[in-house]
Amino acid sequence: MEQQRGVFSSRVGLAFLTPALFFVVVFLLFPFVWIFYLSFTNQTLTGASALSPSFVGLENYARLFDFDRWARAGEFGSALWITIQFVLGSALLGQAVVGLTIAWAFYRRKGLLREIVFTLAVLAWIIPDVVVAFAWSAFLDYEQGTLNAILGALGLGRPDWLFRYPLISIILFNTWRGSAFSILLFSSALETIPPSYVETADVVGASAWQKFRDILFPLLRGHILTDLILITLWTFNVFTPYLLTGGGPTFKTEVVSIYIYRTAFKFFEFGKGGAIAVVVMLINLTLAMGYLAMLRRQKASA
Amino acid sequence: MNRYESPLARVGIVLFTMLAASFFALPLLWLATAPFDARVNLTVHIPAELTLDNFRAVFQNSFAVRALLVNNLIIAGGAMLTVATVATLASYGLSRTRIPGRDILVYVLILFSSVVGGTAAMVPLFLLAYHLGLVDTHIGVILVMSGGLLPSAIFIMRDFVDTIPRSYEEAALVFGASPLHIFRDIAFPLVRPGVAVVAIWAFVNAWGAFLIPVVLLRSPHNMPASVALYSFYSEAGTPVHTLVAAYAFLYTIPVLVLYLIVNWRFGFRFFGGIKR
Amino acid sequence: MAQITLENVTKTFGAVTAVDRVSLTIAEGELVALLGPSGCGKTTTLRLIAGLEIPDSGRIFIGDREVTRLPPRERDVAMVFQDYALYPHMNLMDNIGYPLKVRGVPREELRQRVQEVARRLQIGDLLDRRPSQISGGQQQRASVARAVVHEAQAFLFDEPLSNLDAKLRLEARAFLKHLQHTEGVTAAYVTHDQAEAMALADRIVVMNHGKIMQIGTPLDVYRNPQNTFVAAFIGNPPMNLLPCHLDMAQGVLVVAANQAPLDLGLLRERIRVALKDGDSLTLGVRPENITLGAEPGPAAIPGKIYVTQPLGGETLVNVEVGDQLVSVRIFTEELPPLPEQVWLTLDLARTFLYGPDGERIV
Ligand SMILES: Nc1ncnc2c1ncn2[C@@H]1O[C@H](COP(=O)(O)OP(=O)(O)OP(=O)(O)O)[C@@H](O)[C@H]1O
Ligand SMILES: [Mg+2]
Repeated sequence: MEQQRGVFSSRVGLAFLTPALFFVVVFLLFPFVWIFYLSFTNQTLTGASALSPSFVGLENYARLFDFDRWARAGEFGSALWITIQFVLGSALLGQAVVGLTIAWAFYRRKGLLREIVFTLAVLAWIIPDVVVAFAWSAFLDYEQGTLNAILGALGLGRPDWLFRYPLISIILFNTWRGSAFSILLFSSALETIPPSYVETADVVGASAWQKFRDILFPLLRGHILTDLILITLWTFNVFTPYLLTGGGPTFKTEVVSIYIYRTAFKFFEFGKGGAIAVVVMLINLTLAMGYLAMLRRQKASA
Repeated sequence: MNRYESPLARVGIVLFTMLAASFFALPLLWLATAPFDARVNLTVHIPAELTLDNFRAVFQNSFAVRALLVNNLIIAGGAMLTVATVATLASYGLSRTRIPGRDILVYVLILFSSVVGGTAAMVPLFLLAYHLGLVDTHIGVILVMSGGLLPSAIFIMRDFVDTIPRSYEEAALVFGASPLHIFRDIAFPLVRPGVAVVAIWAFVNAWGAFLIPVVLLRSPHNMPASVALYSFYSEAGTPVHTLVAAYAFLYTIPVLVLYLIVNWRFGFRFFGGIKR
Repeated sequence: MAQITLENVTKTFGAVTAVDRVSLTIAEGELVALLGPSGCGKTTTLRLIAGLEIPDSGRIFIGDREVTRLPPRERDVAMVFQDYALYPHMNLMDNIGYPLKVRGVPREELRQRVQEVARRLQIGDLLDRRPSQISGGQQQRASVARAVVHEAQAFLFDEPLSNLDAKLRLEARAFLKHLQHTEGVTAAYVTHDQAEAMALADRIVVMNHGKIMQIGTPLDVYRNPQNTFVAAFIGNPPMNLLPCHLDMAQGVLVVAANQAPLDLGLLRERIRVALKDGDSLTLGVRPENITLGAEPGPAAIPGKIYVTQPLGGETLVNVEVGDQLVSVRIFTEELPPLPEQVWLTLDLARTFLYGPDGERIV
């Protein structure tokens, strides 16, 4: 591999990079370090511990992992379990599968049908959070919502979605919201596969499913991993469900990002909020490392 | 040239398109009709009586108008300028200097920003803003947002910078141009499409942001439209849904327009993960 | 214009030694071609002269000035790139004038100088067009114009013609040679096309693996290749190289491919080094210095016709000698019928002998 040539000296390069370094250090590295420190204190916003927080050791962590309580509604363990279901449902089963299916359905196909589906998916993806949450709250409305109007007309019953099936609702919502990323990633990956690969299989009469399983899927494996890394991390941290359900009813949709928000910005317990954030970041880090290791193994074997 | 396709496959793809299109379109449809509906209703239907009264009512609410036309423009505009400038300089510097392992560096940065992003990072960021006296200021919101958007912006920008042949700049170097000359006369004009894409991307992200402003801002007259809209439909007793829909509609228009511009000028290519 | 001198210059990239102890002087007003296979370090040598790379060791002079560690802009050289490096967002006036602009030449003078140069290069009426609006040949001229306008001490060309189609390339070649003569420029010219190097250069530098294999005038390099590398590289088709070993007792060379003995004859007197029995040598003979016949002779080896390729004024015959193919060029329009088994008679006065290390010994 030829190493890329530098046009400028390192000093000039550094000058171009300085503003970005400032932002990265102050708004990315610094919070990362500070939050570790915070999680060992009893920092609050008001009161005595706001001005001079004291060191409390592992107390915040002990409160999180108090196993007598942690599985109760509104506690950390419950939030974690809800998040896991949310990520599995909306990122892996939802966005990745929807993305792959749609990208594959429109593989080697141009034209209006593809344009319609892609445009609608991208719209769902780029319209502001609050707007889509509002639209969905109307869509899922028990009495007047469009979904129940359709289901009712088909004679399939009219459940009160946000009350009876809150977790399923936010999983559906997040799948709808984020699938465009996977659709675009997979279809641009598919475009890089030379048509001759599939045409060779066409000639010997392979079925569509065989072509997908034997040719396209193996070639996409790296992209699928990349996609999974990103959407898992994003879904783990996403806050948008709050705008639809507020975490309720009775904490049934309180994923950890909402739990942190409630702890830190409703009750202003920064120390405890910090401890949750640390645990979440460690989980994220483990996920990212795990995926990266898989990606490396996949690249090595390819 | 069209490939041969069996009639069954043709019917299949049409059905599939209908299914996928309704999945993505149905939740949004109501938002397109409700603002023009004289009667409050939550079901998608063609309004019996069209009206612009809802918009008129929105414009009488000075809190809503200020949020949309002043606060949102300041925040999104500020984040756009900051992110586009800093990301352009940084990706150019990265691309044109020999820095060992810089490709890994950008990936790590992206991953890191995903790991640190979200609510988890809001706790220290809030305290940081608090100690710097930036709570309840637009500057604070702009800076914190820019920090979060930068890694992805650099990533997108690199696609553009890396397409400029090095010989362009090497020629200029041989002819006696300084690094600043080269950036101004050659690199910048050539990456302008990239700058536009990153700027629009940053604008759209900042325009829609909710969490950062709701955490960092206090007073109602500083709040952007996202927070205003949220308070309209979540807090105030029973909201008048058609009014709120009209506001949501107005709030969404710039995003749609910018999307159309990008689509028309550059084709909505896949810029290594536009939007997070 | 000034002369360019490289003294023992070395440049490595990681494990690759791209330029290996190169010493070379390009005299004032001379065009020297750097010729060699892909990856042999031609471009790197040029970039070292331009200042786009800094050598690991050795020194570089332009005129009397040492420039080894100076940045490009203080070297006062002009460079023409393989992809022309014309800026797509500027018209030709701005493109050609750019070197003057960064040197702070006033706008009016800049316009005049660009117009003057553009007229000389016959692109005077294209100045308000952008690079994408002119042909490949015109782009090539524009990139040369940008180098000329700058009135530098020396010109550096990196395969400036390789993006042109065959016909345009011939035209541009003639044009460049004419320009070089009329302007009397000092130039280093990188190419991997030997015909181009032969046609253009005052001297040719043949490189391989970062090292200089031979320096000489085009004819000299063609007539007297100093080693097997140059022998095999120059000429089309290249020189035939037959491995063989010395049999002192018989006083013959034994061709390795088919064990045929070859009487050294007059070659023996011309051998400049001491050889011993069994030394493996390489015999080099150009296709035009072999004749084909039905009868054996002292300087003849047997072979079998493999294929004949009529090329118009001449015919190329490939002959199997053992497991090796030897090309023979016969200057006749119609080949007389040949038996399948032939004898190849070498013109010993024009035959080369290379020692075990590949260096020429005859
Ligand atoms: N920036 C670099 N980093 C690493 N290796 C390099 C670099 N530039 C050149 N090389 C290596 O140095 C050697 C010489 O390269 P150079 O470009 O000078 O060859 P060249 O003779 O110009 O070949 P070509 O005819 O293909 O242009 C090659 O092996 C190349 O891979
Ligand atoms: Mg080269």
